[in-house]
Amino acid sequence: MVPELGQVALVLALILALVQSVAPLWGSYTGNRVLMSLAKPAVTGQLVFAAIAFGALTYAFVTHDFSVAFVAGHSNSELPVFYRYGAVWGGHEGSLLLWILVLAIWSVLVAVFSRQMPERFVARVLGVLGVVAVGFLSFTLFTSNPFDRLIPAPVDGQDLNPILQDPALMFHPPLLYIGYVGFAVAFAFAIAALLEGRIDAAWARWTRPWTTAAWLFLTLGISLGSWWAYYELGWGGWWFWDPVENASFLPWLVGTALIHSLAVTEKRGLFKSWTLLLAISAFSLSLLGTFLVRSGILVSVHAFAADPSRGLYILAFMGIVVTAALALYAWRAPSMASDAGFKPLSRETFLLANNILLVIATLLILLGTLYPLFMDALNLGKISVGPPYFDLAFMIPMFPLMILIGIGLHTMWRSTPATSVWRKLRIPALAALVIGIPMPLFFYGTAGVLTVLGSILAFWVMITAVIDLLPRIGPARLTRSHVGMCLAHFGLGVLILGVTFVSSYDLEVDRAGIPGQPVDLAGYEFTLLGTRGVQGPNFDAIEAEIEVRRDGEFVTTLLPQKRVYRVQRDPITQTAIGGGWRRELLVSMGEPLGDGAWSLRIQYKPLVRYIWLGTIFMAIGGLFAISDRRYRLARRRETEPAARGTATAAAGGQG
Amino acid sequence: MWRYLAVPALFIVLLAFFLVGLFRDPTLVPSPLINQPAPQFELPQLLEPQRTLALSDLATGEPVLLNVWATWCVGCRQEHGMLVDIARSGEIPIFGLNWKDDRVAALRWLERLGDPYVAVAVDEDGRVAIDWGVYGSPETFLLDGAGIIRFKHIGPIDQLVWEREFRPRIAQLRQGES
Repeated sequence: MVPELGQVALVLALILALVQSVAPLWGSYTGNRVLMSLAKPAVTGQLVFAAIAFGALTYAFVTHDFSVAFVAGHSNSELPVFYRYGAVWGGHEGSLLLWILVLAIWSVLVAVFSRQMPERFVARVLGVLGVVAVGFLSFTLFTSNPFDRLIPAPVDGQDLNPILQDPALMFHPPLLYIGYVGFAVAFAFAIAALLEGRIDAAWARWTRPWTTAAWLFLTLGISLGSWWAYYELGWGGWWFWDPVENASFLPWLVGTALIHSLAVTEKRGLFKSWTLLLAISAFSLSLLGTFLVRSGILVSVHAFAADPSRGLYILAFMGIVVTAALALYAWRAPSMASDAGFKPLSRETFLLANNILLVIATLLILLGTLYPLFMDALNLGKISVGPPYFDLAFMIPMFPLMILIGIGLHTMWRSTPATSVWRKLRIPALAALVIGIPMPLFFYGTAGVLTVLGSILAFWVMITAVIDLLPRIGPARLTRSHVGMCLAHFGLGVLILGVTFVSSYDLEVDRAGIPGQPVDLAGYEFTLLGTRGVQGPNFDAIEAEIEVRRDGEFVTTLLPQKRVYRVQRDPITQTAIGGGWRRELLVSMGEPLGDGAWSLRIQYKPLVRYIWLGTIFMAIGGLFAISDRRYRLARRRETEPAARGTATAAAGGQG
Repeated sequence: MWRYLAVPALFIVLLAFFLVGLFRDPTLVPSPLINQPAPQFELPQLLEPQRTLALSDLATGEPVLLNVWATWCVGCRQEHGMLVDIARSGEIPIFGLNWKDDRVAALRWLERLGDPYVAVAVDEDGRVAIDWGVYGSPETFLLDGAGIIRFKHIGPIDQLVWEREFRPRIAQLRQGES
C-alpha cells in the first residue's frame, strides 16, 4: 500500500512540476500575473509530494518490503537499519528520487528567499527549475520507477552492494547531488537573465550565494567520495580519474570559474556573457555527468545498471535543455557586451586568467574522459586514457594558476601599482621558498623538481591566502566574504601540500605476513600477531591483528578484515588505517598462505589527510562567503534592483 | 553572433557522438587474434604434471573451447557451474588454462566443484596468457578444428551468453566443417 502511495505522490509531483514549468514561463511572456503567481504554490506542492515519495521508499526499505523490486535488489533482511536508510540511494532508481527531492528543496529555497527580486524574474527562475524537475520526474516514472512491484515477492533481498555499506557512502551521494543540483539554480538564474535580455550587478549578487552554496556541497561530496575510495577500495589511491569521478569534477571546475567570474560581473559589470555561459555550462556538465554515469557509455568502476533506453532518455533531455539554453545564449548574449575597461595589472586580469586556466583544465579532462568514446564512434579502435594523461593535462594549467592565485588576491579592481603588490608579497614569496624548498629535503631526504615546486606553491598559496587575516596587513574591517575567500584559498594550499607529499613519498609493499615476523616499511615494523573469525550483522570476517612499532616503540594496533557478506558472496577487503597528521598507515589483507600466514598489502601515506582537510577549509570558506551581511542587507534594501545597473560596481576591493 | 553560435554547434556535435556511443558496448574489446591461428604453447598439465598439453592437442578437427581460469578469480567461480553443465552435455570439449594460480588450490577447486575440462594446462608465470592476449580471467576462446581462434568472450559465461554468443558460432563452425 505504501509503495503505491509513493507512486501516486510521484505522479502528482510530476503534474505540479508541469504546472510550475508552463504557467510561470507563459505568464512571464504574456505578462499574466495570475499565471506567474502559480509558481510558488506549485513548487511547494512538488516538494511535499517528492518528500512523500521519498518517505515511502525509505519506509519500504526500513520495513523490508521485498515486494518492491528496487528494495529486493538493494537490501536484505540482515542489513543493519542505518544502511537501510542509505540503501534508498544505493542504486539507480532510488538515487534519482533523491535527486528529485534535492531539486525540489533547492527550488523551494529559491522561492522563499526571492522576495526582493522582481516578480517576473522569479517566475522565470522557478519555471526553468520546473522544466528540469519535469525532466527528472518523467525519467524516473517512465524508465526507472523505484516503486515497481515484484510479483511474487522474493523471500529475501539481494543485499546492498557490500562496498556501499559504509558510513561515508551514506553521505557522499546526498552531498554530491546537493552540489550537482544546486548548479541548476545558477542555470535557472542565467536563463532568466537571458529571457529578460539584461544582466546587472543585482543579478550577480542574487546568483552568487546560490552558486557558492552549490559549490561548497559539491566540494564536500567529491572529497567524501575520494576519502571513501581511499580507505574502502583498499587501493590507497585518493583519485583515479575514473569517468564517474571526472563527471563530478568537471562541474566543480566550471563552478569554481563561475564563482570567480560572478565576482567580476557583480563588482565591475564585466564578463557578463562569459558568466552566463559558465552558469549554463556548470549545470550542463552536471547533466552530462548524469548521462555518462547512467547510460553505461563509458567503462567505469562505478557501474550503474546500464540500460540503453535510460541513456537515450537522458541524452534526449540533455540535448533539448542544453541546446535550447545555448541557442538562447547565442541569440541574446551578443547584446550584453561589457563597456568598462581595466588595466593589465588589476584584479580583473587575474580573475580572467583564473577563468581561462580553469576552463582549459576542464576541456582537457573532458577530452580525456570522452576520448575513448570519440575513437570508438569513429571506428578508430578501442583505447582508454589513463592517469598519466590526466595528471599531466591537469598539472599544465594548474601550475600557473597556483602562482597567479597568490598575486591576484592582493591586486585591486581596475588597476594596481606594481610596487604595492611587490611590497606586500615579497615576504610571503621569500617565506614560501624558505619553507617550501627545505621541507621535503629535510623530512624525506630526497626531492624531485616537481616535489619542490609543489611544496613551494603549497606554501605560497597558503601564506598569501592568510596574510589578509593578520592585523595591520589586511584591511581594517574584514567582511565575511573576504574571510571566506582567504579560508578557501588557504584550503587549496593545504590540499596541494597533501597531494604533493603523498604522491612523491608514498610507499607500498605486498608481502607475506608470517605470524611473529615483522615486515619493514618506511621505518615502521608491521607484525602479524594472529587472525581470528569475526561475525558482523550481515557478514563473516577474518580479522588480522597487526602490531605496528617504530624503533621498537609501540605505535598502534591495526585490525584489517577480509569480509564475506552472506548474500553477495564476493570477498571484501576492509582496510585498517593507522591515522595521523604526519602519515597514515594502511594494511589490507590478501589471501591466506597457509600456516596462519597471509599476504598483506602495507602502505605508507605521508600527509595524505591534508588533502581532505584542505577541502574542508574550502567548504568553510564557502560558508563564510554566503553568510556575508551584504547579501542579507541587499535583500532588505533592494526594492528596485534592476534600475541600479552597474552602479554598485564601485563597492570596492572585496570579492 | 557567429562566435556565440559556435558553442551550441559544438554541443550538437558532441550529442551526435553520444548517440553513436550509446549503441556500442564499451566493454567489448576486439582481439587482434580473431581468425588467426592460435599462439603455440606447451605447458605441464594440472592433473598429471609430468605430461604436457600443447596447441596440437587442441586442434582435433573439431571445435573446442579454451577457458582461462584461476581460483582467485570471482568470475571463474561464477561460471564454473555452467562449464560443468556444458561438459556434462557433451556439446563441446573444454580445455582449461590455469592462469597464475596455486597448484594445490586449483586441484582442490576441481575436486570440490567438479572438473569440466578435458585437460588443464598450467600457466604459472602467465607467459602463455600474454601470448593469447588475455586481459583478465575468466576469458574463453572458441577454436575451430584447425586451431584457429574464431571467437573470444571476456567475463563469466552464463546461460544467456552461452545461447547467444557460443551456440550459434559452434553450430556454424560444425556446418562449415562438414
